[in-house]
Amino acid sequence: MSGPSTYVPKSALGRWFESRLPVMGLVHSSFIAYPTPRNLNYFWTFGAILSFMLGAQIVTGIVLAMHYTPHTAFAFASVEHIMRDVNWGWFLRYAHANGASMFFVAVYIHMFRGLYYGSYKAPREVLWILGVIIFLLMMATAFMGYVLPWGQMSFWGAKVITSLFSAIPFVGDSITTLLWGGFTVDNPTLNRFFSLHYLLPFMIAGVVVLHVWALHVVGQNNPAGVEIKNVQRDAVPFTPYATIKDSFAVVVFTIVFCWFIFYVPNYLGHSDNYIEANPLVTPSHIVPEWYFLPFYAILRAIPSKLGGVLAMFGSIAILAFLPWLDTSKVRSGAFRPVFKVLFWVFVVVCCGLGYLGAMPAEGGYVIASRILTLLYFLFFLSLPFIGWFETTKPVPATIADAVLAKSGGSVALAGAAHEKP
Amino acid sequence: MLYIATGAAAAVGAAATAWPFISQMNPDAATIAAGAPVEVDLKAIPEGGIMTVKWRGNPIFVRHRTAKEIKEAQDVNLGTLRDPEPDAKRVKKPEWLVVVGVCTHLGCVPLGAPGQRGEYDGWFCPCHGSQFDTSGRIRQGPAPSNLVVPNYVFNGDTRLTVG
Amino acid sequence: MKLFRTSSLLAAAALAFGALTMANPVMAAEAGPTPERQNWSFAGPFGQFDRAQLQRGFFVYREVCQNCHSLSRVAFRNLSEKGGPEFSESQIKALAAEYPIKDFNDAGEPIERPGRPADYFPKRYPNDDAAKAAQGAVPPDLSVMAKARSYSRGFPLFLLDMLPGMAYQEHGVDYIYALLAKGYTKADDEKWNAYFPGHTIAMAKPMGDGRVDYTDGSPKTLDQYTRDVSAFLMWAAEPKLEERKKTGLRVMLFLLVFAGLLYFTKKKVWADAH
Repeated sequence: MSGPSTYVPKSALGRWFESRLPVMGLVHSSFIAYPTPRNLNYFWTFGAILSFMLGAQIVTGIVLAMHYTPHTAFAFASVEHIMRDVNWGWFLRYAHANGASMFFVAVYIHMFRGLYYGSYKAPREVLWILGVIIFLLMMATAFMGYVLPWGQMSFWGAKVITSLFSAIPFVGDSITTLLWGGFTVDNPTLNRFFSLHYLLPFMIAGVVVLHVWALHVVGQNNPAGVEIKNVQRDAVPFTPYATIKDSFAVVVFTIVFCWFIFYVPNYLGHSDNYIEANPLVTPSHIVPEWYFLPFYAILRAIPSKLGGVLAMFGSIAILAFLPWLDTSKVRSGAFRPVFKVLFWVFVVVCCGLGYLGAMPAEGGYVIASRILTLLYFLFFLSLPFIGWFETTKPVPATIADAVLAKSGGSVALAGAAHEKP
Repeated sequence: MLYIATGAAAAVGAAATAWPFISQMNPDAATIAAGAPVEVDLKAIPEGGIMTVKWRGNPIFVRHRTAKEIKEAQDVNLGTLRDPEPDAKRVKKPEWLVVVGVCTHLGCVPLGAPGQRGEYDGWFCPCHGSQFDTSGRIRQGPAPSNLVVPNYVFNGDTRLTVG
Repeated sequence: MKLFRTSSLLAAAALAFGALTMANPVMAAEAGPTPERQNWSFAGPFGQFDRAQLQRGFFVYREVCQNCHSLSRVAFRNLSEKGGPEFSESQIKALAAEYPIKDFNDAGEPIERPGRPADYFPKRYPNDDAAKAAQGAVPPDLSVMAKARSYSRGFPLFLLDMLPGMAYQEHGVDYIYALLAKGYTKADDEKWNAYFPGHTIAMAKPMGDGRVDYTDGSPKTLDQYTRDVSAFLMWAAEPKLEERKKTGLRVMLFLLVFAGLLYFTKKKVWADAH
């Protein structure tokens, strides 16, 4: 989109360096001159918020690892040591634990934004799929991170999730034994989860680089769902426009984040995780962290072990096929009356599944879970058909049109007609 | 003006955020509390012997000096020393020398067993060959200064508290 | 161009809210009645501990709870640290010396020596098996008990507990208070407790009125003992509570000002782009 860099350093030393390693030019073309659609709303700041959260998690995580001990005999005690003795340890741990939740809040908003505005459609399929991969890596990272404090929920969460693999025919049991490094979750499991929990965020960072690269090749989508046609009229340079807007959004998000850290730090956690892991006693009601609840509800909705596991993984895998499931020619959901309704139904279904994931698997909850699971998949499977019969609203010809139409009616059309090449 | 205020606030925020991440590297409350003074029973150290006790993770040498060793320490011409310090300033009672057993060169623990004490009857550091005398002063080798004397008090004639 | 769409902001809020609704799982149905909320001095964004109450709570722990329960993650020195009961250092030295601490003498033989402020409260039993043999069940360590127990207020009430103005984190102490002060209601069955999941608790009613001598004139009642020891356990579980809330206030004020500055800077930058 932005093309080869036209950046020329001002100083002689800068030019000397640039001709040997054009890193400043890369930064300049990616984060300064890069044209961003001028009609982006605040939902487009979640990319920046997520980058910030990834950074925050990595930094607090590295620091926590300086004080944490990945051994079943010491893990719980070392977390308490962090909370009680390490300078600012309570802040670092609460920031990391709540940071994981905030990371998921942001990623879910980011994903629903992409879904609503059709950001997965051509030419952004690879961008979208890279996003799905990041999501999967995030889930793996968060899951293994939750095991580390070695509380009751850590232990039994680890046991249940790793046992999912035992549903695989023939080799399932061998795979779980391999994952555990023993005959149940134990010290080898904790130790390797710590190692992987430290590794995966850097893999996420790597895929994020690809994600941003792909974004900068195809350009940003926007609420109107039309591409930038005239950089002068349709776009503004990334710096200062997007930079300052993103900064503002990040700080506002940080206020929410800090509210949780300083005032309700244990709200998003589970009290059972302050009980040290006991391999002989399962808590009466085990639940995963809130961000996994919708998927947990799907897992429990299917009355077959293998079926439940397949449905759960399928509910994430189906996201990767979204670019080809949606057949509509119109990209943005803002101009798709039927899709818009279905989108909001889907949002409600996901929240409903989340609620059911926290409920005991009995009676009416199970039936409700099954209905919502069905609706979850129906949403995706209905997309090809909606694309064929839906009557869409007129789409603005350019981003400038969309901006002017919103700010003041009649001038818009004249300006746009004038601009057509 | 607005830009300057915003920039300044960003700088303040960044600095304040950085502090916990730096501060967490300092010794934590448990480590500091565990560094409480240690007691030594002097009766257990025969004349000529050295006892090593651990304080804050480091060895402390408590040496019961013989009359000969005291004389050696006191008779040195201070002008010839790299880090001139009279023996009287390094001990509270002539027969007891208390020093931190960490070589002032690069942190190794000098040897003090009989026969390994070097040419000056004090300590010999095996890492880079520093030699200390019977007052723990540097006499030869790369160490820049004398072995450090920690805070200590005598509790009566037979007990010593270091720290 | 209007970038700030109210509808989209509302949608974002709804989405975030919806996502968070799943936060608190509901306890299993047989957990008994929901404990009542109590007035805790340390609740809310400006809540702080009541020193005198923490000191009384510690005496209750020492006179009653300590006979079976450990407090192994708390060190004596913590009792004199800022934000806690704030006993004086000399009081703590004397207190620590009352506890025998396992150690080794210079000859490497196991000994018991008087405790020092840096030592931790010794474990009541050497291990869980010994505790079980002596008590019939393992009395749980009380160090983080106030955070390890909770109750659910059910959907949608629990959502309110995270919101500014209504934030509430004191479910654990509410539960401890209810269990000890209100739970033992059957005179003929001292191991029946209304608030304990399943109602059969291994701990018989541990104290009643007049059990502990208060010297500060506070009522010597079960109700007062329980409030005090619950507050003490909250401090034991979250010794940095006061520091956290005080820091939070400063951070929040700074962030609000910073966000305001950024908002106006952003408006100024974008003014010429419209």
